[in-house]
Amino acid sequence: MSFSSRLRNVAMTIGFFAVEHPSLLDYVFVSEPVIRAKNIVKKYDEFVAVDGISFEVQRGESFGLLGPNGAGKSTTMKMIAAVSTRTSGSLEVLGMDPNTDGPAIRSQLGVVPQEDNLDQELRVRENLLTYGRFFGMSRAEVATRADELLEFAQLTDRANSKVEPLSGGMKRRLTIARSLMNDPQMLLLDEPTTGLDPQARHILWDRLFRLKERGTTLVLTTHYMDEAEQLSDRIVVVDKGAIMAEGSPAQLIRQYSSREVLEVRYGSDKNASVAKKIADIGERQEILPDRILIYSDNGERDLAEITKRGHHPTTSLVRRSSLEDVFLRLTGRSLVE
Amino acid sequence: MTSVAEIKADAENSRRWGWWYVAELRLREMRGYVSYVVTSSFGNPLMYLLALGVGLAHLIPAGIDGVPFLVFVAPALLMSTILSIGAEEGMYPVLGGFKWHKIFFAIHATPITPGQIVGGFLVHLTIRFTFTAGVFFGFLVAFGAVPLATGWLMIPIAILGAFAILTPLASYSAGIDDDRGQFALIQRFVVMPMFLFSGTFFPLSQVPDWLEWVGWVSPLWHATQLGRTVSYGLNEPLWLTVTHGGVLAAYAIIGAYLMHRAFVKRLTR
Repeated sequence: MSFSSRLRNVAMTIGFFAVEHPSLLDYVFVSEPVIRAKNIVKKYDEFVAVDGISFEVQRGESFGLLGPNGAGKSTTMKMIAAVSTRTSGSLEVLGMDPNTDGPAIRSQLGVVPQEDNLDQELRVRENLLTYGRFFGMSRAEVATRADELLEFAQLTDRANSKVEPLSGGMKRRLTIARSLMNDPQMLLLDEPTTGLDPQARHILWDRLFRLKERGTTLVLTTHYMDEAEQLSDRIVVVDKGAIMAEGSPAQLIRQYSSREVLEVRYGSDKNASVAKKIADIGERQEILPDRILIYSDNGERDLAEITKRGHHPTTSLVRRSSLEDVFLRLTGRSLVE
Repeated sequence: MTSVAEIKADAENSRRWGWWYVAELRLREMRGYVSYVVTSSFGNPLMYLLALGVGLAHLIPAGIDGVPFLVFVAPALLMSTILSIGAEEGMYPVLGGFKWHKIFFAIHATPITPGQIVGGFLVHLTIRFTFTAGVFFGFLVAFGAVPLATGWLMIPIAILGAFAILTPLASYSAGIDDDRGQFALIQRFVVMPMFLFSGTFFPLSQVPDWLEWVGWVSPLWHATQLGRTVSYGLNEPLWLTVTHGGVLAAYAIIGAYLMHRAFVKRLTR
């Protein structure tokens, strides 16, 4: 087939899509990043909270900012959410500048802040009704939407409860439901499961995963590596206001860590001295106050070697590498300190 | 996919009534403490009128300013009640919205602007002040302390007076991070002296000269004097009456400007 006829076939295919699936075509050909940040900086007097970070987020993507407390994640989120003015750099959210088009950007966002700011004076359902009104929705619209979202957040039976007696997990789910009142193009979640027990975290992750499956763009900050792995397609690792690395969880682990990690413990007073004697084992080691981490392709083999040399650890564990190890490698510090 | 122009137009339309949505939220919140509002709206005037109108008035049979004591003190009672609510609303509810329940941040995460939050806050309070002042005024009329025909003007004067004290206080409250007793100090050393030395229960001319300035700078004195003018026709030069109105408006307008500025700063930092 000649080049010109191939070109014609492609044009016909595009034409077919344009007629049959205009929205899909729109998505494929017109889609551009929903967030485009270039060297954004936020200073509070002399303190630099965000130090020139750059990243892009695509529509439908689930994007995570992973870093310890104080890394600048929440400040970055506030700038994206058009509630904090950046000091310098360029930032586009949905094609608009948050410094000048704040209300228009916020009309398209759902925001779940780090600390619940539900209205304690109102009942559960009333929180949704009043919030929806801020987006200009009619009373009938907010009533229908509130009932749908109470169902989604598994809070229908608590619709008329006061907010205060709800559990931490329920309050978070209500906050997420509230953030979805305007059917947002993008959901911003700042430390969504901090302070929740494991069961409540899993329920919340399940709800967020459903949103992700529906194609909602998710942008979340977390200092929990498991949360970042569960929910993010792509992650940037942030520390001290700067980006240390970027990629999918698997890519980051592949690039910055080994396949497996052997953890051995000899007691806090002996770890350092034993580490010197087994320094040649594994690809790399991290000596922490409570344990030695040995990065390796085969943890069991290395454990056998250590034992063979007569260094029997008090406890040992072979596990797969995680984002925690990536962070340790990049910063020399643990995520949760 | 919605275009940027469409998003902007939609946001503009949807937030046109943003200030009202904020007021609507606060009215709904008020349902939680409506019994307090209603009880105090009816209880306060009743207690004041019984104590001062029926009790203290008997000790001053000659009256003041050529009118019975009850008639003299009635505008001051109304003004001091509404202005004290104004002072209260300018402190803890503002700090609480930023610091404790953080509801202002929740609202600002939507298309609503800081200016609309301030607007909604003030609209809600206008409704509340109107209700409380209206009930108070009803009692004053029932006790024969004010004439209905011109006396009703005391209601808008009271609202203006309340904003004259509320907005500067709210601009201060929006700027502080912690309550380390500042509000108690304001209550004791700003609000309380203002109520004691503003010609409320006796004419300002009875206050020692060196203390008269408290009345001059006090929104309560200006509101009370205006109230007396519309109630029993206080004999004052016109320029002074105009000055009372001007001072109250200046406090309220400059206060609202500072309040807006403080809200913007706190919500966007």
